[in-house]
Amino acid sequence: MSSLTQEYITEKLQSKFGEAIQSIEMLHDFLTITVEKNSLKPLMKFLHDDETLNFHFLTTLCGLHFPDQPAQFGMMYQLHNMPANCRIRIKSFTNDSEPVFETMSDIWPAANWQERETYDFYGYRFHGHPDLRRILNMDSLVGWPLRKEFPLEDPFRGDKDDKMFGR
Amino acid sequence: MNTNKEILQEKEYTILNLGPTHPATHGIFQNVLKMDGELIVEAEPTIGYIHRAFEKLAEHRPFNQITPITDRLNYCSSPINNMGWHMTVEKLAGIEIPKRVQYLRVIIMELARIADHIICNSVIGVDSGAMTGFLYVFQWREFIYEIYEELCGARLTTNVGRIGGLERDFTPLAWEKIHKLLNEFPEGLKEFENLLVRNRIFMDRTINCGPITAERALEYGFTGPNLRAAGVDYDVRVMNPYSGYEDFSFEIPLGTNGDTYDRFMVREQEMWQSLSIIRQAVEKLEKMEDKTTFHADVPNFFLPDKEDVYNTMEGLIYHFKIVMGETEMPKGEVYHAVEGGNGELGFYLVSDGGRTPYRLHFRRPCFIYYQAYPEMVKGAFLSDAILTMSSMNVIAGELDA
Repeated sequence: MSSLTQEYITEKLQSKFGEAIQSIEMLHDFLTITVEKNSLKPLMKFLHDDETLNFHFLTTLCGLHFPDQPAQFGMMYQLHNMPANCRIRIKSFTNDSEPVFETMSDIWPAANWQERETYDFYGYRFHGHPDLRRILNMDSLVGWPLRKEFPLEDPFRGDKDDKMFGR
Repeated sequence: MNTNKEILQEKEYTILNLGPTHPATHGIFQNVLKMDGELIVEAEPTIGYIHRAFEKLAEHRPFNQITPITDRLNYCSSPINNMGWHMTVEKLAGIEIPKRVQYLRVIIMELARIADHIICNSVIGVDSGAMTGFLYVFQWREFIYEIYEELCGARLTTNVGRIGGLERDFTPLAWEKIHKLLNEFPEGLKEFENLLVRNRIFMDRTINCGPITAERALEYGFTGPNLRAAGVDYDVRVMNPYSGYEDFSFEIPLGTNGDTYDRFMVREQEMWQSLSIIRQAVEKLEKMEDKTTFHADVPNFFLPDKEDVYNTMEGLIYHFKIVMGETEMPKGEVYHAVEGGNGELGFYLVSDGGRTPYRLHFRRPCFIYYQAYPEMVKGAFLSDAILTMSSMNVIAGELDA
């Protein structure tokens, strides 16, 4: 369907970034590349600027949290090359307890609020972000709600014991 | 000697709170505007007033219980959200949907698109001072809600369809109503268009109001009618067809200036296209030999008939497994996007094989494109800012998740 083949993209990225690429997988219909955190920004910039790759559209981005992994905090970006109708997913993980990622809002202004949202829910800082504040939650909220250790509601309530309902 | 003080002219700006609850904002969002007289110098949107933590909630609910959450994203076109979610889970679980069910879903989704565009376009009319058209077409939105009611029992937050198909087949009354819509709505829509499309006042108010260029729109992540109004022919239904959209022939209406008038016209034309898609789907279904299938054969996901639950062992087991969330889910991650009422609505689902999603992220189109709003209204009149906002079709439920 797309004129940009998976082989071409992976080859091009591997020749440029080599070691920094940790894994390349095909998850359902999505080419997913996991990259070392320090190379994340240059790789994203390369995907955006390179004339043949031309991933000019940032579809979405979000945080990920896997407490059982050594590198527990992660980011996920999805890019789209519309003329070739080719999509790609980039992931990057870190084990810092206070993760700092580079901002993408200078490449794609669309990342501005989405990074604020990620900060709001995961507490990641985005280096170079113009206006990093909470966006959906109230400013006085303590904690980062989408981290796995944050409870959905007061865990000491007895009237809503989920164990009884098989959840 | 002149002892008079030198006169310093200082510009004084007015700070104006537009919202959080203002009748012209159609939803709960606040904009702190810095005004120079009637001109907007700066706008600072505050959002999150109806944030309900959907992504966190979704991590604590079985897959079928997430459908009602998706209702409450863009509540002007809930069925599209429902279907998008079902298709995401079906993609993860590898469920093939029969053609008949796909076409039935297409009908539901296109009805939702029409309902969504009716609201948005008639509200643009209201904000430019034309109440009449709004009242005319609202009867048709009510009528579409009646069809929903016949299909699933609900009107606004529909929870329509199930993982693996639809909850029930279309009833004869539903078909009757769909045919009535196909026959009579074109006239109503035409009447609405006659009131506005070449209306001098409406054109003067909307042309060059809140424009955005195609480049800027792409950078800001615009999708849907707002992007198409700027001249980019991106439509998920065509780029990554789902639910059998590849079998239909329809056009993607495009604008050129990306202003309020173009957004209005793109939606207007899309309604005609949606009507044509529904008509094609009805024809295809009439030609089809299969007249009864309304779900795929997936007993692990689709609830059995009550009769089977009470009378057969298998039915009881499957019923119990589904209700208690004991169905095996494959591990993995999927992204599925549908063309929602206002853009690409995406579901990014990470499953660890558990009974709830490990992580579910919604790509909410209006959250992403609303950040361009301050730039679009800079230097505009306050009244134009209101029009720009309503023409962007920002839905608070989707904005705040």
